[in-house]
Amino acid sequence: MTVEAAELSAVGIHEVALALGDDCLVLSHRLAEWTAHAPELEEEVALANLALDLLGQARSLLTLAGETEGRGRDEDQLAYWRDDREFRNLLLVEQPNGDFAVTMTRQLFFSTYQELLYARMAAGTEPRLAAIAAKGVMEARYHLEHSRLWVQRLGGGTEESHRRMQRALELLWPYTHELFEASPPWVRAADVGALPPPTAIEEPWRHSIEALLAASQLEIPDFRAWQSGGRQGRHSEHLGHLLAEMQHLHRSHPNATW
Amino acid sequence: MPPTYSENSRELAFQEAIDADRTVEPRDWMPDRYRSTMVRQIAQHAHSEIIGMQPEGNWITRAPSLRRKAILLAKVQDEAGHGLYLYAAAETLGVERRELLDLLLAGRQKYSSIFNYPTLTWADVGAIGWLVDGAAITNQLALTKTSYGPYARAMVRICREESFHQRQGFELLAELSRGTPAQHQMAQDAVNRWWWPALMMFGPPDAESPNTAQSMAWKIKRVSNDDLRQRFVDMTVPQAGALGLDLPDPQLHWNETRRHYDFGPIDWDEFRQVVGGQGPCNVQRTAVRRAADQEGAWVREAARAWEGRQQGRTSAA
Repeated sequence: MTVEAAELSAVGIHEVALALGDDCLVLSHRLAEWTAHAPELEEEVALANLALDLLGQARSLLTLAGETEGRGRDEDQLAYWRDDREFRNLLLVEQPNGDFAVTMTRQLFFSTYQELLYARMAAGTEPRLAAIAAKGVMEARYHLEHSRLWVQRLGGGTEESHRRMQRALELLWPYTHELFEASPPWVRAADVGALPPPTAIEEPWRHSIEALLAASQLEIPDFRAWQSGGRQGRHSEHLGHLLAEMQHLHRSHPNATW
Repeated sequence: MPPTYSENSRELAFQEAIDADRTVEPRDWMPDRYRSTMVRQIAQHAHSEIIGMQPEGNWITRAPSLRRKAILLAKVQDEAGHGLYLYAAAETLGVERRELLDLLLAGRQKYSSIFNYPTLTWADVGAIGWLVDGAAITNQLALTKTSYGPYARAMVRICREESFHQRQGFELLAELSRGTPAQHQMAQDAVNRWWWPALMMFGPPDAESPNTAQSMAWKIKRVSNDDLRQRFVDMTVPQAGALGLDLPDPQLHWNETRRHYDFGPIDWDEFRQVVGGQGPCNVQRTAVRRAADQEGAWVREAARAWEGRQQGRTSAA
């Protein structure tokens, strides 16, 4: 018996695109905060590249979110005119940059997730999400390669870099569980094959991270007090400050074009 | 010790090659003073690119649309890239990037004084693109024919990207100028603040520029400070008209006899003050650079240690 695959509704596409677009927008902002502060000139170029790729993905996803919402909102209206309770990004991506080890650990966790997610979404049943993922997965692979290399270098570099890497893992580990939470929009999208079920990427994510950390003389933190709520708009205190900075100029001139 | 006969003859041959418009390449013999002048100039240019990331980077997180944010991020990234090629060009003269960065941090090498002014509003991003990059291109187009080959070739590539930045700055200001009254005023205010510092970017008047004669003979410099400044003014005045913005100089007018724009006197006291370290942001720019360098030291050290271990592993295998 063959069953015709059901399509993801416009509302369903809107919810998924908004959540994934917010991840990219917020992480891009954090990476851009490194401008002129990176440890090495090559790293200035690399971090700006990551920030630009993610900003590009955010623009495509938020544009799609606006189109499927049917309220006439474009990428800028979604980026600049929503308050923190309306943002749907993961708590992980809004966490402050900390030192370079924290930034690279956050990137490792996120890029590993994004690469697994996009690779499957690109083969999913929703053509517009699939198209964005097909382009984004190439970028995610490069981001992943970059962050993996740094985690290895820092893990196996000096005593200090090893200590900082281990501390960064402990700091961010509580935010990793949220990556695989079965939020209602995700479940609806997974039911029609637009996204993989969260459990389908959780296992490969853990396997990949565990193998890398073991090879880099780093330990998986023994921690179970998971933090979550980002997908429902319940964020950490950090997001409000990030948005205040990002949105103030745009909001100071309502109806202006730039 | 007086120069020996052979040094004299080498120097003569060097000058002949320059006079015949041949480029100087890294392995060619060159007078020590040529080498040190080139190192200083290329390093100063490289430092300007990386210090210049600060005033513009100041607005990335606040850019008022996602499109403008992407343009600005890409621009600041280009500056880091320009810094990289320029340090590499300097390295062909037998110095290391690290040494040059240390000289910058010690205040023993300079960067362009223009970056010691603050970017107070979003319109400053446009004014930097239009005026500062416009002045930089005027200067750098002349440098595409400079006698040192690696520098001349780096300039060709950099000019291409800079022209793009200048157009983006112009377009940003055009949007503001024809926008709301508040946006227009923001653009005018930025142009008022950046115009004179942009004119100072070409350096002191020819009569007071001690390095010019030797640099011209060696074709390091191909056009004098005052001539470049005039080119820039002549190019920019009509663009200001197209933007609908005023330039803050009541003496600016077309001189039919000279076939150039005349302009008012430049405040060279201000220039000397900023070059001498007393500008609005000198302390801040250097402090940010120093902090980034110090806070990144453990990362660079870890990378070196790891690299060393990898090589050890390969050679042991």
